[in-house]
Amino acid sequence: MFANFDFDVIRRSLGYLFFDGMTFTLMLTSLSAFGGLVFGTLIALMRLSSLRLLGRIAGLYVDLIRSLPLVLVIFWFYFLVPYIGQWVTGSSRPIHVGAFTSSLVTFIMFEAAYFSEIMRAGIQSISKGQPAAAQALGLTYSQTMRYVVLPQAFHNMLPVLLTQTIVLFQDTSLVYVVSIPDFLGAASKVAQRDGRLVEMYLFAAMVYFVISCIASFGVRRLQTRIAFVH
Amino acid sequence: MNYHWNWHIFLEPGPDGSGSYLGLLLSGLVVTIETALCAWIIALVLGSIVGVLRTLPSKTASWIGFAYVEFFRNMPLLVQLFLWFFVLPELLPPSWGLWMKQMSHAPFYTAAIGIGLFMSARVAEQLRAGIGSLPRGQMLAATALGLTTVQAYRYVLLPMAFRIIMPPLTSEFLNTIKNTSVAITIGLVELTGEARSMQEFSFQVFEAFTGATVLYLLINILVVTAMRLLERGLAVPGYITGK
Repeated sequence: MFANFDFDVIRRSLGYLFFDGMTFTLMLTSLSAFGGLVFGTLIALMRLSSLRLLGRIAGLYVDLIRSLPLVLVIFWFYFLVPYIGQWVTGSSRPIHVGAFTSSLVTFIMFEAAYFSEIMRAGIQSISKGQPAAAQALGLTYSQTMRYVVLPQAFHNMLPVLLTQTIVLFQDTSLVYVVSIPDFLGAASKVAQRDGRLVEMYLFAAMVYFVISCIASFGVRRLQTRIAFVH
Repeated sequence: MNYHWNWHIFLEPGPDGSGSYLGLLLSGLVVTIETALCAWIIALVLGSIVGVLRTLPSKTASWIGFAYVEFFRNMPLLVQLFLWFFVLPELLPPSWGLWMKQMSHAPFYTAAIGIGLFMSARVAEQLRAGIGSLPRGQMLAATALGLTTVQAYRYVLLPMAFRIIMPPLTSEFLNTIKNTSVAITIGLVELTGEARSMQEFSFQVFEAFTGATVLYLLINILVVTAMRLLERGLAVPGYITGK
């Protein structure tokens, strides 16, 4: 069954696949994870704040995003980002936004909802005595969060955050639906140009599999180490 | 924002001549629900088998379960669908491959099976965690009563484990519904796909996506409510899941 396989098509396109495609995928993954974590933490703080309205707004946002499929969210932002850009820059027409910026905004907004749930669980796992003690020492709210609560919440939730990042890494392949050339998009372009769907998709699947396997193995090791420290 | 809003678009006749744009979205909703239900049945059946395999004392059984879960969890769903849809027919004997390619509704079957397999790995992980959370004494007591392993799982472990994992299973079911939208890449026209075609035919981008968004929210609310009722109905009095 491998008789009429053309392995050379993979070798010929390696440069394009990794330097263009995989770089895009990895950049998108890491920047979205970072942005999602920052916004997610802010959303979590909003949800846990004593201001009811703030908590309600954050809760609505998280519930809304979490009940939509990522593909629909990608379409939403793909068409919405030019208008957001127009609003931000105050120009008279919707501005042109590059593929990378558009997908970065999408994934940050989407992942923020998921990361916020993780950070909320992390913050709630810290015993009440800690912020109380920080307050007794005279720390302000932001100091309490910055120096006492958030570092511990982040540390406890690190394995979950990293697992979510692996999911994110796999989910970035969905930018395919708006024809943005990430790793899978690049593989698909070569596949369709050369009529080599079987080779390219098998290779892409293998690359995703190997990277995700190694990453989740690393997370599992980290988890046992963190569990041991406690 | 200089976007021309037109909310009446939903009532205007759609491109297929059979009804309105709203009807178009609703027919997409039906496809989404059908695909998700088929996928969910596959995910539950296979996920239960694999989840049980992972908790058996046999090393081989738990290794097979582990390999299964890792295989389906470490590839993006999109790539898996491509493998089933584009690659599998080429690797099979030519006559089989031809049959698969000529099959009507191929995107539907591929999506149902592909998403079902993908989700089954997640169901298996949930069930394994559920069985693992039961006190060890339950299995020991079942064995002491003379139950075989099959009986112990059937009458003691699984009824309790499934009740415990009801909340995560609810969100996995919601994930299954959401994941059906990935199948637009292999040509399944479900809710997101119909919203996309409405956008292409009517040029009313944001109305089309708002329509789809509202319908997704409605399914979510419906599923969450139904599952909560089911959970309450199945609760064992006096046990932790009775809340």
